[in-house]
Amino acid sequence: MIKNISNLGDAALYCDFGTEVNKEINRNVINYFNNLRESNFLGITNITPSYNKLVISFDLKLTSYAKLKKQVENLELKKNNNSKNNLIKIPVCCAEEFALDIKRLQKLLKINEAKIYEKFFSKNYYCYMTGFIAGMPFLGDMDKSLFAKRLETPRVKVPKNSIGITEQFCNIYTFESPGGWNIIGKTPVDIFDNKKNTEPNLINPGDTISFYPISKLEYEKKYE
Amino acid sequence: MKKNMNKNYFEVLRPGINSTFQDNGRNNFYHIGIPFSGAMDNRNFLLANTISNNKINNPVLEFAYQGPKLKYIGENISINVTGDVNFKIIRKNKNLEFSCYENIVLENNDCLDILSTNRSVYGYLSIGGTFEVDYYLNSCSTNTKAKIGANSGEKLEIGQIIKLKNIKKILPKNKIEYLNSKIENIRIIKGPHFDYFSKNAIDSFFSNEFNVTKLSDRMGIRLKGPKINNIKNTNIKSEGLVKGVIQITADGDPIIMLSDHGTIGGYPKIGVVISADYDKLVQIPPGSKIKFKEINLKDAETIFKLYEMETQNLISNIK
Repeated sequence: MIKNISNLGDAALYCDFGTEVNKEINRNVINYFNNLRESNFLGITNITPSYNKLVISFDLKLTSYAKLKKQVENLELKKNNNSKNNLIKIPVCCAEEFALDIKRLQKLLKINEAKIYEKFFSKNYYCYMTGFIAGMPFLGDMDKSLFAKRLETPRVKVPKNSIGITEQFCNIYTFESPGGWNIIGKTPVDIFDNKKNTEPNLINPGDTISFYPISKLEYEKKYE
Repeated sequence: MKKNMNKNYFEVLRPGINSTFQDNGRNNFYHIGIPFSGAMDNRNFLLANTISNNKINNPVLEFAYQGPKLKYIGENISINVTGDVNFKIIRKNKNLEFSCYENIVLENNDCLDILSTNRSVYGYLSIGGTFEVDYYLNSCSTNTKAKIGANSGEKLEIGQIIKLKNIKKILPKNKIEYLNSKIENIRIIKGPHFDYFSKNAIDSFFSNEFNVTKLSDRMGIRLKGPKINNIKNTNIKSEGLVKGVIQITADGDPIIMLSDHGTIGGYPKIGVVISADYDKLVQIPPGSKIKFKEINLKDAETIFKLYEMETQNLISNIK
């Protein structure tokens, strides 16, 4: 549950669910998020769930911190509002030209390439949040043996659709963007489709993701 | 249906530095990583559409520093420019000078040359009619990072054609008397990570001036000044941001989040700029200095009400 609500400036609520990162806390955050989306409280302009916080911004012309805080505190939660959350399968091609940091990871983690991929593909990942850039999912948790630091110097351009890992998390670069995560492959699936006017995001907070390997040939076929 | 609907258009002879179509912005998509966007200076956006007798959320052309040079083809049309902007109309080889905040008439073959914003950043072009633009998720606001909104999510490009529709009859002057006052003191409210910084760092944050650097755009303003020392942790678990948030990077430099900001961030938030100062903040150009002043939430809310009243007064005093 929400431990504390404070103001983030004069037009947002900062809801604190704790300091740790785990699924239980995050499911709470997402449950509040789903309930708030349906609440129709006047003036809400954006709700941003993250690992253990929920930021609710509002239009100061329509409501105020005190008013909205009271509404959020008195919100009656419908149980199990996470039923909308899906299992999504994402193909990944690990060809050398896409796995930009696999050599670095072998050295860093002291395990060979085959083992890294075996461990990576054997788990399901939970989507804690999406954002930073449009549609980018923050997924976890990685197998402990794959915990790796970010690159010392971030890349100026990480190719679109690259799969990156760092510490307990992995993500998918939905756009070409600067970034410091260790790149281990690339998916032919567009995670964010800027042509779609409803639900442009393939992956949403609370979803479960499983990755599966594909060959270069399959990758090229899917891309057509 | 009117015939020849697309007979009125602008041809872009020079795109300017950062010219994009904007409206009120995109609500309710932070959770999938799509920022609010929209016109940076909300008051000047509002005044532009008001002078054009348009709906409040009509698209406008926003420009920064150097604006576009546009050739107009079509029937006579009323246009206006808001902001602190230097512009002219070239008509039959003659340069004609006009003021901001009033309707002027553009004739066939006129060339509108928006030369520069003066000691400010953003200006707006509105027309008595509507720019024909694409909408995405209920807004035409261009987000060049996600490539969404008007113009396929891109800045204006040289040679492109901007089609116009719903051209209105020539409008009255609708002059608004408005002076774009400049501010150096930005009022802020304490952020959730205020206690990540030492007493000395906080004192230094409020007593020194910061330079607005060239690394400033629609996403954020990067500042340089005394280093703000963190005594807890230079990283936090990434969490939601809003516009106006001041993050302190691991290097100890402040970054202020603006309308196209990344939706989540992992640096401690020392404070948030009050809503009433946002329009003035975005207009502070690189090379200027700013200073922060802390106020409480109650005062910020009162100041916002005054700011809204001032906007409404400007609108009701149209001549």
